[in-house]
Amino acid sequence: MSATESNSAEPVIRCDGVYKIFGDNAKKMMQESNGMVDAAKFQEAGCIVGVNNASFEVYPGELLIIMGLSGSGKSTLLRCISRLTKATAGKIYIEGEDILSMNNKQLIQLRRSKMGMVFQSFALLPHKTVLENIAFPLQVKGVSTKESIKRASDMIELVSLSGRENYFPRELSGGQQQRVGIARSLAIEPDIWFLDEPFSALDPLIRKEMQDEFLRLQGVLSKTILFVTHDFDEALRLADRIAIMKDGIIEQLDTPANIVLNPATEYVRKFTEEVPREKVLKIESVMDAVDPSAAVAEQQVSKDAIIETVAEMILNSDKPVAVIDDAGKVVGAVHASKVINVLFGGRTEQAS
Amino acid sequence: MIELLRERKYLQFLLLIVVFLLMCMFIPATDGSWLWRLPPLFKQLPIAINNGVDYLMFDWWLVDVYDPDIEEYEKKPVMRQITRSISGFVLFLIELVREIMLGGVKTIVTFTGWDWATENQWARLPGLPWTVVAGGAMILGYRLSGIGLALFTGFAFGYIAVFGQWEPSMQTLSFVLIAAPIAILLGLMLGVWAFRSKTVETVMNPLLNIAQIVPHFSYLIPVMVFFGIGDHAGAIATIIFATPPMVRLTILGLKKVSPEVTEAGKMSGCTEWQLLRTVLIPTARRDILLGVNQVIMQCLAMVVIASLIGAKGLGNDLLIALNRLRIGLALEIGVCIVLIAIVLDRLSLAWANKQTDYFADQSFKERYKYSIWFSIVVAVGIAVAWVGSLFFKEGFNYLNIIPHNKGITTEPFWQAGVDWLWDTFFYTLKGFNEWFIVDVLIPVKNAYLGMPVIATFTLAMGIGYIVGGIRSALIVGMYLLFIALTEWWDRALITAYLMSMAVLISGFIGIVLGTLCAQHPTSTRILLTWCDTFQTFPSFIYLIPVMMLFGVTDTSVLIAIVVYATIPAARYTVVGLRSVPESLHDAGSMAGVNRVQRFLSIELPLSFPHIALGINQTVVFALSMVIIGALIGTDDLGQLILGSLSDRQGVGNGLVLGFCVAFIGLAIDQILRTWANQRKAALGLE
Ligand SMILES: Nc1ncnc2c1ncn2[C@@H]1O[C@H](COP(=O)(O)OP(=O)(O)OP(=O)(O)O)[C@@H](O)[C@H]1O
Ligand SMILES: [Mg+2]
Repeated sequence: MSATESNSAEPVIRCDGVYKIFGDNAKKMMQESNGMVDAAKFQEAGCIVGVNNASFEVYPGELLIIMGLSGSGKSTLLRCISRLTKATAGKIYIEGEDILSMNNKQLIQLRRSKMGMVFQSFALLPHKTVLENIAFPLQVKGVSTKESIKRASDMIELVSLSGRENYFPRELSGGQQQRVGIARSLAIEPDIWFLDEPFSALDPLIRKEMQDEFLRLQGVLSKTILFVTHDFDEALRLADRIAIMKDGIIEQLDTPANIVLNPATEYVRKFTEEVPREKVLKIESVMDAVDPSAAVAEQQVSKDAIIETVAEMILNSDKPVAVIDDAGKVVGAVHASKVINVLFGGRTEQAS
Repeated sequence: MIELLRERKYLQFLLLIVVFLLMCMFIPATDGSWLWRLPPLFKQLPIAINNGVDYLMFDWWLVDVYDPDIEEYEKKPVMRQITRSISGFVLFLIELVREIMLGGVKTIVTFTGWDWATENQWARLPGLPWTVVAGGAMILGYRLSGIGLALFTGFAFGYIAVFGQWEPSMQTLSFVLIAAPIAILLGLMLGVWAFRSKTVETVMNPLLNIAQIVPHFSYLIPVMVFFGIGDHAGAIATIIFATPPMVRLTILGLKKVSPEVTEAGKMSGCTEWQLLRTVLIPTARRDILLGVNQVIMQCLAMVVIASLIGAKGLGNDLLIALNRLRIGLALEIGVCIVLIAIVLDRLSLAWANKQTDYFADQSFKERYKYSIWFSIVVAVGIAVAWVGSLFFKEGFNYLNIIPHNKGITTEPFWQAGVDWLWDTFFYTLKGFNEWFIVDVLIPVKNAYLGMPVIATFTLAMGIGYIVGGIRSALIVGMYLLFIALTEWWDRALITAYLMSMAVLISGFIGIVLGTLCAQHPTSTRILLTWCDTFQTFPSFIYLIPVMMLFGVTDTSVLIAIVVYATIPAARYTVVGLRSVPESLHDAGSMAGVNRVQRFLSIELPLSFPHIALGINQTVVFALSMVIIGALIGTDDLGQLILGSLSDRQGVGNGLVLGFCVAFIGLAIDQILRTWANQRKAALGLE
């Protein structure tokens, strides 16, 4: 799904000039600066800029990935939107409601009905079993023990942890613990799902497995998701759109392909330099116009397919492969030579 | 030269010592010279405190209170009404538990009045036979943890019953069962409060320090004045003493909860209260449970002291036994105290770790299994006791309660042991003792007393300055100034002399013992168990044999202090050494160092902050024992505190003396803590 398509719908999350500045006199500094926040100047005054003028929208069912180096303000942005910390300035709307003007009660209500969050270090309650951890948000809400246990059992099934209901977090592997974290965040059936580097603490094999699991869940649940990571592969596998942050500023927010092909700033270009193109580009971007005279292979590919996933098939066919759109209409043909170029050709050449 | 001095700390120390010695040599001991002794400007302070307390208790804020006896309103001071109602409440709770165990009429009297109770002789709580209490405790142990705890609990209660200590033990138990939960709750509440408010924490910290260092005897006196004498007063003193570690550990534990866990709780939609109750406190459970353990240990450590202001039970019996020099009996009573401490500790631990099973679809019988068992125990126990009352006609029903002089006793055995010790070692020890006193203790003591006040200040503030800068120097100076301006400077010097000797010996023994035991997990565990045991075992008991062997001398006092004060030194050394990360051991081994080198160059420096805090605690423990020294007979601050205990006007003296002792401790605490923190920072441990 691309950003333009979803513009018709009402955004689930809308940030409007959000700032988060840490420090005692943050508010005062903010007022004096007239919206021109210079991190270095603030630092001198003993303030740390966490998020600097973030404005964006997230639409229903969209998966927005937030990327950036350590300390770039990803977690802080997420925590502002979930209001674990209060933004210093700006407006944040969740389904049209201004969360910065909410009182404690409304906030708790919002979290109990609409938000779920998964943490990097899992953040399970050490004294509760798997089952109790997952049932926790429900029990807090006042759901009866019987019902919450039943619901938690369903969630355990969903994340394939059956048989470990009565284990304590310390008795589980990292991957299993994060499954519990995921199940807990989903227990109240939230509309908005926050994930802060959920898989970074896991080793690569388990991470891959958890990503698959995540994609499967997202396929079933289709929630609006904010996902923080600093692993580009992960971002490419999962993202609808990617936001790249640096020193609290969102440098670019766009589809994966656009970010790679049209970096908005020098920083983004550097950041995406090493990313293999075939993992980002869709067939659409390398196909030729339909040539009725030329023979095409029997196989067809979708114009939205990522090159990497269909490269083998295209290379194995001796004729160009027809490209079809969602409706099944042939919109072009792709030659093996183009694919080879993407796979092995010079990077700079393609970027143009 | 100046540059060099600024860089090298040891040169600074050297210079300081030279100045100090010069001062000692050249300042004459002339009365009236301010360099020698400061004038006692605070002489009136105790009297002022007395007046203040009197005013508070009798004249401050009079209100009309209805008096049912004379059926009229009367003017009464608010303070007195408050303390009365607190006393009444605590006493009622204690009596209630006590009468459930032992029987009595006071609970019923509370609701009806003496006249009614006298008329209706049937209306009294009957008390449970010991078999029922023991059986009930075993079921509780089984339910909370399993067969192991059940057996241990059974053994403990069996021991208490069979040795004829049932009645005093139940009195003590009822007292602890009220004091400990109150202390735990109070500590938890204060800890949470301090955790949530920075201001509260900064205010509370010094208060906690003082409450921990002021010798217990000093606040027995104000407690007595405010609350009178009796079980409730003992319980209140115990609560004051036992709460600070609970507060400390609660704050520590809550601070350690990872911010992500807190956030997970918030994102789950917790209200503030839910967050505290279901996320923060349970997650901080380890430290909080350590606090509970400390509260229980402190409560039982206070049993003997509380009996001085009227708490009934084992403590009282123990003092009587010691007065009659019945070591064996005292020992058996001491074991009862330790057993109760361990049983309560294990039960509370098991209770906190208990988990629920949500899936077991239990039948009625399953669900109420324990209640059914308990009912059976009650029925059988009472039936057996009733049968017993037919069988034992002479007035003692062994199946209901075993009276104190009818139980088994091992007293002759211990008596024989003590006699043997006396016969075998007395003369050998006498020689050692004389040498030790004449050639070591007396010279040291005279050296302390021979210090001009200005030299003492220079030394203490100088060390403070070298270690922690001008701030530490000033803080240390303030503490000393308070003491110097009272009329008890010389006494304080004697206390300091006893304490420093004890700390030297305890520190040495503790560190060596700790180091040796830390080499192996098993020995570590054994040492820690010993630490627990000695912390609760009433020190009065080994005072007697020590006094028999060493007489009423400073040696006896020193030994008594050392036994107790070695505990923290050993404990912290072991914990410190064991917490050196394995990876560093390996790194050391890879670098090819041998065991001794590794110990000296890796483990010791790394665990140094821990050990320093251990020494700090040793100072605290030693100071809190000076009062014990007073019981044996010393001429230091402790002796005066003991004296003011039996004086109606003793509040002022007792408090000021207590503060003097506390300030010695706080001054040393200031220096050691600053130093340990610096080392920690330097090692990157914070
Ligand atoms: N509570 C706080 N007080 C002061 N500064 C903070 C606080 N939390 C975050 N910061 C600062 O804000 C900046 C952004 O931090 P943030 O945790 O959002 O980074 P991040 O992108 O999530 O990094 P990482 O990938 O390491 O998680 C950092 O410079 C950090 O030091
Ligand atoms: Mg982060």
